[in-house]
Amino acid sequence: MSVWLIRLVIVGGFFAFWQFGAGTVFNEFFFSRPSAICGQLWDLMASGRLFYHSAITLIEALAGFACGSAAGLLAGIVLGRNEVLGKALDPIITIFYSLPKIALGPLFVIWFGIGIEMKIVLTATIVFFLVFLNTYTGVRGVSRELVAIMKLMGATERNILSKVVLPSVVTWVFTGLRLSVPYALIGAIVGELIASNQGLGYLLSNAAGQFNTAGVFATIVAIVVMTMLLNATVKFVERRMMPWQDEQATREVSI
Amino acid sequence: MQKNMQFSREDRGQMDSAGATATTAPRGSKNEALIRFSDFGKNFGKGAKTVVATRAINLDVLSGQFVTIVGPSGCGKSTLLNAVAGILPPTQGQVIYRGAPVHDVNRRVGYMTQSDHLLPWRKVAANIALPLEIQRKPKAVIAERVNELIKLVGLDGFSDSYLSQLSGGMRKRCALARVLAYDPETLLMDEPFSALDAQLRITMQTEVRDLCLRLGKTVLFVTHDIDEAIALGDICVVLSERPGTVREIITVNLPRDRDLRRLRSDPHYVETTEHVWALLAPPSVAQKGRVA
Repeated sequence: MSVWLIRLVIVGGFFAFWQFGAGTVFNEFFFSRPSAICGQLWDLMASGRLFYHSAITLIEALAGFACGSAAGLLAGIVLGRNEVLGKALDPIITIFYSLPKIALGPLFVIWFGIGIEMKIVLTATIVFFLVFLNTYTGVRGVSRELVAIMKLMGATERNILSKVVLPSVVTWVFTGLRLSVPYALIGAIVGELIASNQGLGYLLSNAAGQFNTAGVFATIVAIVVMTMLLNATVKFVERRMMPWQDEQATREVSI
Repeated sequence: MQKNMQFSREDRGQMDSAGATATTAPRGSKNEALIRFSDFGKNFGKGAKTVVATRAINLDVLSGQFVTIVGPSGCGKSTLLNAVAGILPPTQGQVIYRGAPVHDVNRRVGYMTQSDHLLPWRKVAANIALPLEIQRKPKAVIAERVNELIKLVGLDGFSDSYLSQLSGGMRKRCALARVLAYDPETLLMDEPFSALDAQLRITMQTEVRDLCLRLGKTVLFVTHDIDEAIALGDICVVLSERPGTVREIITVNLPRDRDLRRLRSDPHYVETTEHVWALLAPPSVAQKGRVA
């Protein structure tokens, strides 16, 4: 109870200060005020612009996410199960991993233009590495002892892949997927910031270009809501896919 | 399931421990060893960094025997099991299984290790079914066999539980049921109980020993625990420090249906463990009298 009280006081105090301090304590031009932001948000929703641009960003993020994670998954499993190939490509992967993928944005503009494709490619590149590295670690982490035990049972490489490697990788893949959801949005929005005429990133830079601080804040609120919804979705799917992780809490000890 | 109800096995004979070999006892129709290490040796690494794990191992294991292997850490105990399983090829000599040298993965054996290596995303029944699925048995056969095994290892009522809901002992039972599922004639056990607490350990030791005798399994059981080695084994192979060689093969003159909880006070048990303790005492202690 007291936790909620503290939260209420801090958050309420913050917004009250923002609302009533604007124009007196600090310059409203730079910081806007909550009531103005709500107004902007309402306008954006009423005109449908918010949903249009959100949909564009969502499509970019999801498409990039799907392509990137599929490729990352495949590469992670192949390189993880093939020791020689994995070793050979290791330094190359490290180099690409160290590169901030956002830096490739301008290059993608040259290659793919300023349309939706460029954002999808940028997002996919970011997501690829996150999912790839997690999958790779997961596949390499499959115990050699377990593989030996299964071979004694008569298992073929295909058995090992389908009964051990793939299921055990699920946990890692989901870690990668959960990590990459916010990054997928970053990829899409930064892509839009670099060059675009639609999407939340465009809305953001457009509002900023007009010194419309309320519009900037309203867009940020929309981005936060979208990220939270995506995260909740991944968590939900994760729970459905890995029911055994849920049971951990209800563990009962007996002989 | 119970192909070999071998409760009554011939008398082991009152061999003295020192210098006894495991092969002298006649055993039914087969005098031939099931597993034979002949001058077996294994090195790891190359060139100057070569580590000789074991060398010149000669050992015969008869069918249905419960053999424990004890020795200090790093003396190549697990190497012996891996060689029987065909996972690691020997550097010298060979391992002969049923008359033929082991070259490839040996599917007549089952392996149990310290970590149970169960699959956490499968429920208990599905874990036990794993080897049967690999052998592409029909669903009905699998279900029936899994039921049998669950009863056999005492996991009744837990077939639908996830492993995360099981205690350590129950996980061991599950792992045991899984390895028994495909009915390997030899079980390789590499310190399977070392992570369990003392009470649970003795329960599991008793059950595994009883079960293996009842099912006529041949067992190679590696441990660093001298008490466990004597308590469980029909014969106990004592290895030296690295490079591991056979120090002594001890015939444990305890009844086959021994009660592990009462061994503590058995004079032969006490005497034998004392003997092995002395054998395995660190050289600094053992040689105190001799070193000038």
